[in-house]
Amino acid sequence: MAVDNVDVLVEDVVKPENLVYRRPSTLLDVELHYCPGCGHSTVHKIFMEVVEEMGIQNDIIGVAPVGCAVFAYNYMDVDMQQAAHGRACAVATGIKRMLPDKFVFTYQGDGDLAAIGGNETLHAANRGENFLVIFINNAVYGMTSGQMAPTTIEGMVTTTSPYGRDPKTMGWPLKFGELIAPLPGVAYVTRQAVNTVQNVRRTKKALQRALEYQKMGLGFCLVEIVSNCPSNWKMTPIESNNYVQNVLIPYYPLGDIKVPEVKK
Amino acid sequence: MGEVKLMKGNEALAEAAIRAGVDAYFGYPITPQSEVIEYLSREATKRTGMVVLQAESEVAAINMIYGAAGCGKKAMTTSSSPGISLMQEGLSYIASAELPCLLANINRGGPGLGTIQPAQGDYFQAVKGGGHGDYRLLVLAPYNVQEMADFVKLGFELAFKYRNPVMILADGALGQMMEKVELPPQEQRVHIEYPWATTGKPKNGERRVITSLHIQPEKMEEINLRLQRKYKQMQEEEVRYQTKNLDDAEYIFTAFGLVSRIAMKAMDLGRQRGYKIGWIRPITLFPFPTKIFAEVAQRVKGILDIEMNSGQMVEDVKLAVSGATRVEFYGRMGGVVPTPEEILENFEKMFIKGE
Ligand SMILES: Cc1ncc(C[n+]2csc(CCOP(=O)(O)OP(=O)(O)O)c2C)c(N)n1
Ligand code: SF4
Repeated sequence: MAVDNVDVLVEDVVKPENLVYRRPSTLLDVELHYCPGCGHSTVHKIFMEVVEEMGIQNDIIGVAPVGCAVFAYNYMDVDMQQAAHGRACAVATGIKRMLPDKFVFTYQGDGDLAAIGGNETLHAANRGENFLVIFINNAVYGMTSGQMAPTTIEGMVTTTSPYGRDPKTMGWPLKFGELIAPLPGVAYVTRQAVNTVQNVRRTKKALQRALEYQKMGLGFCLVEIVSNCPSNWKMTPIESNNYVQNVLIPYYPLGDIKVPEVKK
Repeated sequence: MGEVKLMKGNEALAEAAIRAGVDAYFGYPITPQSEVIEYLSREATKRTGMVVLQAESEVAAINMIYGAAGCGKKAMTTSSSPGISLMQEGLSYIASAELPCLLANINRGGPGLGTIQPAQGDYFQAVKGGGHGDYRLLVLAPYNVQEMADFVKLGFELAFKYRNPVMILADGALGQMMEKVELPPQEQRVHIEYPWATTGKPKNGERRVITSLHIQPEKMEEINLRLQRKYKQMQEEEVRYQTKNLDDAEYIFTAFGLVSRIAMKAMDLGRQRGYKIGWIRPITLFPFPTKIFAEVAQRVKGILDIEMNSGQMVEDVKLAVSGATRVEFYGRMGGVVPTPEEILENFEKMFIKGE
């Protein structure tokens, strides 16, 4: 169909009642480098929506360690520090101890959080550091092109487990949330996903709750998000979301693992 | 005159940190410098509100420094050789992201777990970068307990002037020995808003990003060039050293830190025997006092460099004199401290009897 009057058409489309997507003001208007269909993009968007809705853009500092999301600071319009691989929780400790009245978050992959940075994560949790850890569990090392992660599930093929992960020699997939939940310093541990619209909504709610707990000074909050890596899983985005649903979530069940008692 | 006390080097450094209004100390115990974190744990928070945190490792400690320094705060750590090795990755990030901080290495004997006795085997690691990539620390070498205290304030001034990590390179003996020290007055902790510091995006300004990641080679080269310009400026403005008896000197004894005191004694003994010996003590190891060595090299018969290692600073001395005079080395390793007598004896063997 040839369109003579584009302006009229655009006006028609941008009517508020037709709006299906709006970029939060806290997310910069630039192209994301993430692969098509990658969960990182979704999490960035909903987290920045939370920051916008809570009105805390000027009071939050983020830490982006090495991993696919190391460039989070190119998208999130908040003050940010890039961290060495695995050291996000130590860097966040330094920030939060200096600026206890500000919100602080880290945004970490599974390799970063549970392998090379396992010690930093564990001890920040055990000290009850009052910040939010957003933990993207995509069961592989995304940035370095698909090696085995601590969260790679049994039998899963990666470039360094080409015959499938064999727990006898490669260890078992690590459930870091369950591992730290019993620690007294840990306030909130939840596992969510972004593979369906409903799950995206739930994840957003969890992120908001975690920031509210931080405001109350309750301690360490971990929001694990079971995510996808279509590129390294060698799947289409839809196939990868189905894989999350049918293979990963059964091993990593969604829901709250620890919730603080909040006096109303 | 300020308050005078008899203190261990490590304690003087800790006390000076409190008095300099330092905001945070993150560290991990290791001999021979654990007195620093013990002293601060006892004294600092109650006196100034300074944050003192025992980290889970030196790896964590240096990254806590990164976070705190990134907020524009005065953050420091101390350790000894194996712990400093663990901090190298973090220091490389800090140098690249151009954050100010202070650390002290109370050098012990190595390699490996080594010994807890004093040594200077970490000179190369301190002055040549230490971690990956082209970067430098500004390195101060105290030679008594007074300087262990004085270099804290100076170190932070330089760290913030250049937005670069500054290292105090001392050794186990300087950390452990007690001497009289005149303490500086107590300064208030003040919060300064730096335009580069991440304290929450300004309401009417751009967000701040602290990073060492620059994927574009041209951009990364630009960062490197900026760092190199900074190091050049340090070479022009920050060189510090001390000399004695240079006027009539035919020979020079040079050493840094604790050994420079022993070398001074050896010089005195030598002068009693009629040898015209002068003395140069580099105080900044990076930037190295190149010019003074180049100058004296024109008029002396030789330089003896003495260190508690296998010969590290001597390479910088040789670079400085560039063949203009003879440079010899005498050293002890693994925690053994040389005596003035053995230094003089070796000097005689090398320069007098061979003449
Ligand atoms: C000290 C160090 N070791 C290894 C690397 C290489 N490296 C970069 S990202 C990465 C894994 C990232 O995986 P993950 O944390 O799961 O994040 P994702 O990319 O999947 O989001 C590795 C091993 C590095 N940058 N630094
Ligand atoms: S490699 Fe995987 S995790 Fe990284 S952006 Fe692509 S899909 Fe996402």
